[in-house]
Amino acid sequence: MRRPAVFRAAEPLATVAVSRWSRTASAFTAVCVVVVAALAVVPYVIGGPAEQPLITLFTFIAMASLWNLLAGFSGLTSFGQNAFIGIGAYALYVVALHGVNPFAGIILAAIAAAVVSLPVSALVLRLSGGYFAVATLVVAAVFQIIATLSPSVGGTTGVSVPGLAGYADVLREALTYWATLAVAVASVAGVYLLVRRTFGLDARAVGSDPVAAASSGVRVGRIRLLAYVAAAGGTGAVGALIALQTLYVEPTSVFSIQYSVYMLFMVLVGGMATIEGPVVGALVLFLLQETLSAYGAWYLVIVGGLAVAATLVASRGIWGFVGERLGWSLLPVGYRVRGPAPGAPDPPATSRADPNKS
Amino acid sequence: MNWVNAVIQGMLLGGQYALIACGLSLAFGVMRIVNLAHGDLAVCGAYLGLVLSSVLGVPVWVTLPLLLPAAFVAGAALQVLLFGRALRHGVLAPVLVTFGLSVMIENLLQVAATSDPRGLNGGALTLASFHITAGITVSWLFLTAFLTACAVLSCLQVLLSRTSWGRKVRATADDLDTARLVGIRVRPVFATVAGIAVATAALAGVFIGTIGTFDPQAGTNTLIFAFEAVVIGGIGSLWGTLVGGVALGVTQVVVGEVNQAYAVLAVHLLFLAVLTIRPGGLFTSHQAAAEVRARGVPG
Repeated sequence: MRRPAVFRAAEPLATVAVSRWSRTASAFTAVCVVVVAALAVVPYVIGGPAEQPLITLFTFIAMASLWNLLAGFSGLTSFGQNAFIGIGAYALYVVALHGVNPFAGIILAAIAAAVVSLPVSALVLRLSGGYFAVATLVVAAVFQIIATLSPSVGGTTGVSVPGLAGYADVLREALTYWATLAVAVASVAGVYLLVRRTFGLDARAVGSDPVAAASSGVRVGRIRLLAYVAAAGGTGAVGALIALQTLYVEPTSVFSIQYSVYMLFMVLVGGMATIEGPVVGALVLFLLQETLSAYGAWYLVIVGGLAVAATLVASRGIWGFVGERLGWSLLPVGYRVRGPAPGAPDPPATSRADPNKS
Repeated sequence: MNWVNAVIQGMLLGGQYALIACGLSLAFGVMRIVNLAHGDLAVCGAYLGLVLSSVLGVPVWVTLPLLLPAAFVAGAALQVLLFGRALRHGVLAPVLVTFGLSVMIENLLQVAATSDPRGLNGGALTLASFHITAGITVSWLFLTAFLTACAVLSCLQVLLSRTSWGRKVRATADDLDTARLVGIRVRPVFATVAGIAVATAALAGVFIGTIGTFDPQAGTNTLIFAFEAVVIGGIGSLWGTLVGGVALGVTQVVVGEVNQAYAVLAVHLLFLAVLTIRPGGLFTSHQAAAEVRARGVPG
């Protein structure tokens, strides 16, 4: 009702065309398909040595895209998403213990995390801003303590992931690789398809001004709930993948706040509320980790410092800056009006993206 | 008698939580900023106390005349350089900036001081205690922490309600734009408020470090406890913060009496229960509660 009205109003000006998709976007989508296909055959072509770093990268991409759905699009800056990493990891352990194939268990872990997030959301979504942020920290702390106090999941010492004894190491690593690739692609594509719907416009309205959004008819509570539950489910799948990579689930590591720090860094540095930004941020974090992780704590000092700098100096992140300069919108989520310059009788087929080309 | 003792010890412990929390509450009340690095700044205060007291070779209390002004200046500088800028970038930026700052502080402390737990030299006060009855022993240190919290809260209350500075602070907190219109210079007000918030955090850090131990990662838990005290007590109510801190402390010690493993969990659950039943906290103004609630969501 809201959005179509705007565009119908534009229709009488027959020379104005409103579009979202562009040739750049088509070309980039084709490139994406090729890249994903190439990545999918890596286990056959290169094998083990390339798999481990790429698994880390895919994990980062999935975490960043999902946090972007929360914080970037919907304005919910949760620093307790590590709760769902942990819940996903423990859920994988539990379903694998009951005989479910661990790789199929990833989906069940995602569902478990989403289900747990429902009652949690009823509590934390009552708050906003910084209060919401700290409440999510409390929730993560609660789940970590509960895991520590539960002897059935190993208490403080943790548990090994069962059900993987039947797989040869090469096969197990390749399957983990494919599963991580699939979750990363599903996260990016899922968030993209979700924000292209009316939900995306509503979520950005809620994120920038909830009162204004509510007064123009957006169901603020529902939008927040959907974003929170979707992000929790996806993050649960990531947690299950982390358990599959490490083969061991231990409360202090799977509930580590470091995951939330990474999510914040990738989204801020890459560019909030764009689809491309978190992927760029994930690449940056991956490169930083490859080069700086030997420096231990300094690495995290730099990560925190860059996140602060990105917020204050370049609030649109790397992608916001580069995309603007190049006039690219590779995975567009907004609309563009193409039409004549004021007064020009004949519309040349130009887009706002490249105004000099006619 | 055991239970009476647990409640008394819990109340005294709650004083410490209130001492950390009052700076958080003040900064939120005036600048609308939830400083996620507040706990880490308290831990920084403890480390500064450690350095000063070992360099000078005196109990940490003697270093307070140096430490508190240093913390005040640090807080004011953070406000001017970081938080003030973040506030101009919209509502999310302060959350992101203070969280990034928290990550930086924790890891810088890790680099500078390793992750070994440390304690502060509290002098003769550390082990001194007195008996109320046969079963109840009160540590002078805990009592000092509690009374300090009460004193700090009283001072803040008097400053805010009786002085011209306090009037400016309250005007700014009520309506920033109108305060500017009537000629209040907002930046110095914000800087002094942030300075006081960080100085109280550092003072709380000194008590934490003297009573127990601290390490570079202690800030996040400190923040969580402080935050819980603020929310349970009610946003924007200084004495509510004391009640919130006492509620946390009593819960922690009484549950710990039954089973130590569940003490912290019980505190978090108390917080979540208050959030469910009375989201505004126990003592709260309507306006402050509305600020905290998710806007646009009924109820």
